[in-house]
Amino acid sequence: MARELLKGNEAIAEAAIRAGLQAYFGYPITPQTELLEWMAHRMPELGRAFVQAESELGAINMVYGAACTGARVMTSSSSPGISLMMEGLSYIAATEVPAVLVDVMRGGPGLGNIAPAQSDYNQMVHGGGHGDYHTIVLAPATIQEAIDLTVLAFDLAEKYRSIAVVLLDGSLGQMMEPAELPPMRPVRQTFPAWAATGAAGRERNVLTSIYLDPPKEEEANLRLLRRWQEIQANEVRFREYFMEDARFVVVGFGSAGRVALSAVRQARAEGIPVGLLRPISLSPFPTRQIAALCERAEAFLVVEMNAGQMLEDVRLAVNGKRPVEFYGRMGGVMPFPDEILGEIRRLAAGEASFEGHPRDRWLQRLTGSN
Amino acid sequence: MVVEQIVPEEIVYQRPRSLVECATHYCPGCTHGVAHRIIAEVIDEMGLREHTIGVASVGCSVFAYNYFDFDWVQAPHGRAPAMATGVKRVLPDRMVITYQGDGDMASIGMTEVVHAAARGENITVFFINNANYGMTGGQMAPTTLPGQKTTSSPHGRDVELAGYPIRASELLATLEGAAYVVRRSLHDPKNIRLAKKAVRTALEVQRQGLGFSMVEMLSICPTNWGMSPNQALQWLAEKMIPYYPVGDYRVSPSVAQLKV
Amino acid sequence: MPVQGRVVISELYCKGCELCVGACPQEVLRLSTERITSKGYHPAELAGEGCTGCGICAVVCPEAAITVYRQVIRRSTAAVGA
Ligand SMILES: Cc1ncc(C[n+]2csc(CCOP(=O)(O)OP(=O)(O)O)c2C)c(N)n1
Ligand code: SF4
Ligand code: SF4
Ligand code: SF4
Repeated sequence: MARELLKGNEAIAEAAIRAGLQAYFGYPITPQTELLEWMAHRMPELGRAFVQAESELGAINMVYGAACTGARVMTSSSSPGISLMMEGLSYIAATEVPAVLVDVMRGGPGLGNIAPAQSDYNQMVHGGGHGDYHTIVLAPATIQEAIDLTVLAFDLAEKYRSIAVVLLDGSLGQMMEPAELPPMRPVRQTFPAWAATGAAGRERNVLTSIYLDPPKEEEANLRLLRRWQEIQANEVRFREYFMEDARFVVVGFGSAGRVALSAVRQARAEGIPVGLLRPISLSPFPTRQIAALCERAEAFLVVEMNAGQMLEDVRLAVNGKRPVEFYGRMGGVMPFPDEILGEIRRLAAGEASFEGHPRDRWLQRLTGSN
Repeated sequence: MVVEQIVPEEIVYQRPRSLVECATHYCPGCTHGVAHRIIAEVIDEMGLREHTIGVASVGCSVFAYNYFDFDWVQAPHGRAPAMATGVKRVLPDRMVITYQGDGDMASIGMTEVVHAAARGENITVFFINNANYGMTGGQMAPTTLPGQKTTSSPHGRDVELAGYPIRASELLATLEGAAYVVRRSLHDPKNIRLAKKAVRTALEVQRQGLGFSMVEMLSICPTNWGMSPNQALQWLAEKMIPYYPVGDYRVSPSVAQLKV
Repeated sequence: MPVQGRVVISELYCKGCELCVGACPQEVLRLSTERITSKGYHPAELAGEGCTGCGICAVVCPEAAITVYRQVIRRSTAAVGA
């Protein structure tokens, strides 16, 4: 199939459809709405299920119901809507049914604004809903990657009976870029053996998240944890740029990683031996890979469009072995490559520090006061 | 000449096939059990056991799925109609029912049920109105009567402070997407039979794809009402029915023509 | 003579709630004073003659604990004479 100029949100929607999506439930919210609108147009014409729900709470529970039939199902939203979905996500995770969620993040907290941000890292990667559960979180930096990761999200969700999230910021959702869509997969005609589809000719299936007996609940938690260990072992994804001889490492995901790459290129042109590690799976996080970099990297710089949410995971991976610096923009402001270049130059000049918390040092640089 | 021949006895009534062979966790006399039984009977009579998916709610009936011998899923508090929508849209030829208490459906889940009805979602809601939150120990529900004492309205529901009870059937009946919305009561044999008939009609409405259907059933909670089961039946008849009259609140023209 | 019936009450399900006792038009049901179910309830039982197999007890029983049996009277018209 040829490359064509595609808008992020629409490309994701069409990729999901071509991955055999059977049902979509969503609610309008900027900067995700084109995704819902694409589904509204395409799903009914293909004879597949589409409902504009009464709320994100409704949407996620429709997803929950459809997921219990074993159908390929997804929803999409943006930060405030995702907050509302947290109840459903916890239930879906606990019931061990596969579902895909696309989060096109915007500025927050609260109603915030509709400009691009990476404000949902914590609520997606570190839970948000109640209880111990993990979701697979994939963060694209280009529209092609958004397409590919959307398709992958369905396969991973089903393989592990888990929630898979495609996490991107509003700029990627809104931008247009040449990319290639996958071929149309046929919609699956069969349902998995565990699904609730009517007990014709078999024992009944019950899908629930209650284990009233604490030892049983603990057992269910252990089952989820073991599956998560399997996911951690098999599904870590990241991309490295200019890393062969890098003595300084920038870590950034999604659009922040993309902007950081421009900065890294400029720094290389200045002769600074800097590379970029762009986590693609934010969950499972490339912890081991970052830890291994401590052998040769002198210092790390984390770049995000939030106040340092992934920063904490990088710090855990680095574990105090090397200094970690942070640079972030918030509230819907995107960083410019020049700003990041300035930070890289500081690293190269040996200004990275072990003292205090990187966020505090960054704030101090930002405001110039204590 | 008429010859009368007495043949050995036959079974007039036995436990429906769609009920699992296990004791329930409901308190003695709780009419959740009666609602379960008549739903199971109708599902047997209509031959739907293998084609039905139940959506359990949060409340005393959270374990409904342990008692009905067909496929079930279990919804977060109040979200059963949304979950049922998800199931039904993927499997439109299956029967999808929700079973919800009054706290679940008329309080935390009011949005979900109103919109499922407004969309004409082809599902059936069984709504158990027992005028309190049973499972959490008898707190005030949106259906608690004015003056009724509960653990969170210890001096009786004060409408100045806590507002008025919601008549869910009347409210949903205003929606065009609702095809069949009725209220029945489970307090005596005659009313139980009428409730069963309504359950049958509601499922027939769904089977024929006529739209949203709901059967509200007035039910007793002897434990939290602090009465014996037989006293509770009487309280229901005397106190609840005047506020929640039994009747048909919406029967769409296509449903009116149904022969059940 | 009215038809005769009989009920069998399962002690697995019965919780001694007395709803059947209150509903039986023949007043032939009572809670057993001697027996106790494995869950600790005094189960309902038939006390004496007079059950017609009307099934009302089964209609009100929340536990579906009651099986109702009834004699069947078949009426047929026999041709007599020519
Ligand atoms: C989100 C959420 N809030 C509160 C609860 C606690 N809770 C469990 S059951 C229940 C009330 C159920 O009452 P009702 O729907 O009337 O059913 P009943 O128990 O009377 O049959 C509540 C508030 C919960 N499980 N989840
Ligand atoms: S608490 Fe009330 S509603 Fe719940 S099982 Fe007991 S009697 Fe029934
Ligand atoms: S109504 Fe049912 S549960 Fe209650 S006493 Fe009679 S047989 Fe037992
Ligand atoms: S069948 Fe009728 S007469 Fe017999 S015990 Fe039951 S209610 Fe009483």
